[in-house]
Amino acid sequence: MIPTLLTVLPALSTDDNSWITFDIPSLMQNFWSATFDGLTFGSIYALVALGYTLVYGVLNLINFAHSEVFIMGCYGVWFTLSFLGFGPSAPNLSLGSIVVNLLLALIVAVCASALTAFVLERLAYKPLRKRNAPRLVFLITAIGASFTIQYTIFLVRGPVPEQALTMFKPTPIFDVFGTIVDSQQLLIVIAAVIMMVVTERFISKSRTGRGIRAVAQDPDTATLMGVNKEKIIITTFVIGGILAGAAALFYVMKIPSGVQYNGGFILGIKAFAAAVLGGIGNVRGALLGGLLLGLIGNYGQILLGNSQWTDVVAFVVLVLVLLLRPEGILGTSLGRSRA
Amino acid sequence: MSMVDGPTPLHTAKADQAAEDREAVGTPPGSSAAVRRKGWFGGLGEKWQELPRQKQWAVLIIVVVLAYLLPVINPPLISTEPGNDFPLACQTMAVWALVAVGLNVVIGYAGLLDLGYIAFFAVGSYVAAMLTSPDSTFLKIPYLWTIPVAMAVTMFFGVLLGVPTLRLRGDYLAIVTLGFGEIVRILATIIPAMKGQVGFQNLGHPPGLDAHGVPIFANSNGTPWYWLTLTILIIVLLLAGNLERSRVGRNWIAIREDEDAAETMGVPTFKYKVWAFAIGAGIGGMSGALMSGQVGFVNNQKFDVVTSVLFVAAVVLGGAGNKVGAILGGALVAYIPLRFTAIADYKYLIFGLALCLIMIFRSHGLLAARQQLLAYGRHAYNEVKARTDAKSAKAKAAPGKEASL
Repeated sequence: MIPTLLTVLPALSTDDNSWITFDIPSLMQNFWSATFDGLTFGSIYALVALGYTLVYGVLNLINFAHSEVFIMGCYGVWFTLSFLGFGPSAPNLSLGSIVVNLLLALIVAVCASALTAFVLERLAYKPLRKRNAPRLVFLITAIGASFTIQYTIFLVRGPVPEQALTMFKPTPIFDVFGTIVDSQQLLIVIAAVIMMVVTERFISKSRTGRGIRAVAQDPDTATLMGVNKEKIIITTFVIGGILAGAAALFYVMKIPSGVQYNGGFILGIKAFAAAVLGGIGNVRGALLGGLLLGLIGNYGQILLGNSQWTDVVAFVVLVLVLLLRPEGILGTSLGRSRA
Repeated sequence: MSMVDGPTPLHTAKADQAAEDREAVGTPPGSSAAVRRKGWFGGLGEKWQELPRQKQWAVLIIVVVLAYLLPVINPPLISTEPGNDFPLACQTMAVWALVAVGLNVVIGYAGLLDLGYIAFFAVGSYVAAMLTSPDSTFLKIPYLWTIPVAMAVTMFFGVLLGVPTLRLRGDYLAIVTLGFGEIVRILATIIPAMKGQVGFQNLGHPPGLDAHGVPIFANSNGTPWYWLTLTILIIVLLLAGNLERSRVGRNWIAIREDEDAAETMGVPTFKYKVWAFAIGAGIGGMSGALMSGQVGFVNNQKFDVVTSVLFVAAVVLGGAGNKVGAILGGALVAYIPLRFTAIADYKYLIFGLALCLIMIFRSHGLLAARQQLLAYGRHAYNEVKARTDAKSAKAKAAPGKEASL
C-alpha cells in the first residue's frame, strides 16, 4: 500500500520540481545540526507541553488557551527587550549584563504568563466548574478564550510580527562530530531540563505536589481528605504559566521574529502533541515527548525538503501515537487512566 | 390516527406504564429538560409544539416561500446594501447555515468537538475546483456532479481522520481536527498540484443561459446560487431531521449525554461517532463546493482555522443540537459582519468572546435543543400532556411529527 502511495503522490505534481523529497544524503549530512536544533526546539515544546499535561491531569481539560498563555510570555519578553533598548542586531555586552538582561526578561515573561493563566482560570473555567458543566462546554470555552486573547492582541498590536530583537550572539562552545554547538542551544536545553527536573521533584515530593497528584487521581476523595481543590487547580495553572513564560523566553531567543498575535497557535498544537506522545498527565513524558517531537520534526523537515513539513510531521506523529499507543510512550501516571 | 402520523405503539401497557411512572414523579417527558434548557425563545418552541400539524405546515410553507423570496424583496432594514450585494450576502448566509447544520450533526447531536471543520469545507472546495477549473490537469466533470463527489471525498477524509481518534475520548478529537485544519492549508500551499496562492480560476457552474446569453449562475448573480443552496439546505434539513428521529439520532444523543452509559446500554458508540463525523464532513464538503462554485476561485488563503472556530461559534450561538438554531446561528455569524461593516474587523474577537460568554452564562445558545423524546416523542408528549391537563382531552391530543424544521 505504502509503495503504491509513494508512486502515486508525486504524480499529483504538475511540474518536475519536487515538493516532497526523500533526501537521505542531505539528512545524513545535516544529521547532527538537525539533532541539536531539534533538541533545542524540543526543550521549548516540552516546557509548554508540561502546562497542557498538568492541567489535563488535574481537570481533564485540553486547555486550548495555553498557547495564548505562552504568547503573552513572548510579548512580555519582547516588551522587556524593547524597553531595554535591544535591536535587531545583538549588541556587544559583557557576560554579566547578558545574564542580568536574561533574568529580567525571564521574570517579566513568567509574570505575564502566570498572570494570564491565573486570570483565565478565574474568569473562564471557575464559573463552569461551579455549575458542573459538561466536558464539551469546557472545551468550547477554552477555544473561545484562546480566540479572545489572540484577537485582543491582534487589535492592540496588529497583524504583523513584532520587530526581531536579539539579546546576544550565540558563540560556539564545542564541536560534536564536526558540528558546532552554540551557547544559545546549550543554554536553552540545560535550562529547560533543569526546570523540568525541578517541576518533577516539586510534583513528586512537595506537599502541594502531592495535592496535585491527589486531585488528578480523584478530586472528590482528595477534597474529603482535606485537599483544597480550588487552590490546587489555580496552583496548577500558575505552574503551567510559569513554565510557559520560561519557554517564551527561549522561543524569542531562538526565533526572534516569532512574536505575533497567532504565533502560539501551531506551537500549542505541537506541544500538545508532545504531551500526548510522552503520555498525557505524565511529567517525564512531557520532556521525552517534547524532545522526540523536536527531533522528528527537524529530521522530517530535512528529509522531505520543506520547512513547512515540520508541522505536518508533528501532526502525523500525533495521529499515529493515538492510533498505536493512545496512552503515550510512558503512559499516564499523574491521574487516573483515561481510556 | 392516520398513516401519515406514523404508527402509534404507545398504547401498549409498557409505554402507558412508563408514562404513568413519569407522571407520578411529576416530570412529563420533555418538560423537565425543556424547562431546564429553555432558550431566549423557549416559549415559542412550546407554542409551536401545541399547534396542529396543518397549521405548522402552513407556517412552514410561508417561511420557506419568504426565504426563497428574500433576495428578491431585499427588505430595507435587513439589506446589507450598499456595503455588500444582498443576493450574494444571502448566498453566503445560506452556505454558512448549511455548514452550521452539518457541524451541528457532529457537535450538537453526537457531542464531538470538531475544530477543523474548515478542512472539510476546503476539501470540498478543492474537489469542485480541481474537477471543473481549466487550470487543473484533472479530468473535468459538470459542476453539479462535483457536489456529490465532494461529499463522497470529504466523507472519506472524515472516516480517515475519525477512525484513529474517535476510539478515544472526545477531547483528543478536538486537537486532532484542529491540527488537520491547519495541515490541509499547508498541503494546499506546498503541493504544486493544488496551486497554493495562485489557485484555480473560472470554476464551473450549473448550466443555463438567460435571454442575453449570460450564464444564469454567474459569479456576481447571487440569487440563483442562493436558491440552489437553499434547496440543498432544505433537503439536508429533511434528511438530518429524519436521522435525528431515527435509531441513529437516538444513539447520537445517548452518546452525547453519557458515552459510558450508552456503551453499557448496547450502543456501538464508536460506529455511531464515526457516522456522525463522516456525515458532518460530507455536508461540510458539499457547502465548500457550493461556496467555491459561486465565488469561482479557490486558493489556499480562505481556509484558515480561525474560520473553523467561527463555524463552531455559529453552532453554539444558535444552540447546539437544534437544527433551527444552527441555521439561525450560521446565518447570523455570516450576516453580522456583512451588515455592520464597521465591526467586520472585530468579528473574530466578538465571536470568540461570544463563545466564552455563551458557554458560561447560557450554554444552550439562542434556541435550546428540546430534550424531548425523539421518534414518537410527539405522541408520548401529547398523550401525557393531555392527561395532565385534563383526563378527558386525551383523545384529542394533536398528533404530528416532530416539527422543529
